[in-house]
Amino acid sequence: MQPLPQADKQLRATGSATGAGQFVRSLYAIIWKDLAAELRSRELLSAMLVFALLVILIFNFALELDAQARATVTAGVLWVTFAFAGTLGLNRSMAMEKDRGCLDGLLLAPVDRSAIYFGKAIGNLIFMFIVEAIVLPVYSVLYSVNLFNPGLLLVILLGSIGYVAVGTLLSSMAVQTRTRDVLLPILLFPLVIPVLIAAVKGSTGFLQGMDIIDIRPWLNLLVVYDVIFVAIAFMVFDYVVEE
Amino acid sequence: METKPRMLVILDVVTILLFATAVGMVFFYAPLEAVMGQVQRVFYFHVANAWVGMLGFMVAAIAGIAFLRKGDHKWDIVGLAAVEISLVFFFTAIVSGSIWARGSWGTWWTWDPRLTTAAICELVYAAYLMLRQGIEDPDRRARFGAVYAILGFISVPLTFMSIRIFRTIHPVVIGSGAAAAEGSFDMTPKMLQTFMFSLFTFSFIFADLLWHRIRLGKLAAKAESLRLKTLQ
Repeated sequence: MQPLPQADKQLRATGSATGAGQFVRSLYAIIWKDLAAELRSRELLSAMLVFALLVILIFNFALELDAQARATVTAGVLWVTFAFAGTLGLNRSMAMEKDRGCLDGLLLAPVDRSAIYFGKAIGNLIFMFIVEAIVLPVYSVLYSVNLFNPGLLLVILLGSIGYVAVGTLLSSMAVQTRTRDVLLPILLFPLVIPVLIAAVKGSTGFLQGMDIIDIRPWLNLLVVYDVIFVAIAFMVFDYVVEE
Repeated sequence: METKPRMLVILDVVTILLFATAVGMVFFYAPLEAVMGQVQRVFYFHVANAWVGMLGFMVAAIAGIAFLRKGDHKWDIVGLAAVEISLVFFFTAIVSGSIWARGSWGTWWTWDPRLTTAAICELVYAAYLMLRQGIEDPDRRARFGAVYAILGFISVPLTFMSIRIFRTIHPVVIGSGAAAAEGSFDMTPKMLQTFMFSLFTFSFIFADLLWHRIRLGKLAAKAESLRLKTLQ
């Protein structure tokens, strides 16, 4: 009997592992599950990417993005694009769990609920980063603006974390309602306005080469928002998925 | 069917009397402001409305925390009641502020931190109601409502701070105002008394309406459970 000792070994390994080790392992498993599913279907990333590029195209015509306008609105256009594409991704990633009954499976698994939240959030964050990593160079080429600025990347990192922290929590709420797809942006946008304002202002600051002293308040605000909302989401996620 | 509690009847009467007095004070007791004229009288109820709005959102967040901790549905009824009342009062504050702004800034609306935050605040709590509408299961509705009320109450001050980093033109009557504020004024003692009395009165109105709305919520819950019993 080959499988039995193996199972026994596995059981002992989990039993002896510390709480933190267990947490990291389940976190890793959830993230890997999302990435593997996406790698096979590619429906989420392709939808987010095509949508993001369409938004940029629409902005091109709506705002007449000539050289002068570009200097002032680039950050705004980028963040609106990320926010819209992000909503699409958040909705899809949670709806997939709900529709195929995966969420129930996840909840039944003997892992900490917060591991599920952080797993989903980090998965969403990775998708968002991939979209941003493709949109930024495309935007740079299309409008010949140099977006490879370490400060800008820092703002994008902080902004995305805040956006995804709240977004993951709200999307797991929205999928459990009757009006799911419509509801997420309505729930999410009024709450992430501080992130969007700070991110747009911070990005504009770095793109226009302002003094770091003028940008610092926005960075502080982003960090504060990230810390507060990650903590709150971590605390209330249990109540959102509880059945 | 339970009858209306006596205390509530008393509170109704006291509130109505206080409100009549407050209206009288605003129009006849408070002196005319020298620069802005009559339109300044909006200020007393404008701030009082905004105060009730903020109070209600705070009550909703506290009720949300209490519900998540205790799981008692009476907290859900309190939270919903507070949000519904505050939405109306906050909207009145925005409209009355707009009327005042037309008179003293010469425009109905500017993208000032307080105005923008107020608008976003309304949207947050409108979203709260839409969220509740989309859920049939009462237990889940209560949990999600509690979570969203807490999130909203944390996000709104951050929104205010984020917009505040721009310069503001909204006058700060209590505490020190920004140098750029337009339409600020010093209150005479009579004005201050009227102002404080309005705040006091509106707190009573809030308590009274909250009590009525909680009572309504409890009766609705009872009617719902009776209906379910008959259907079974």
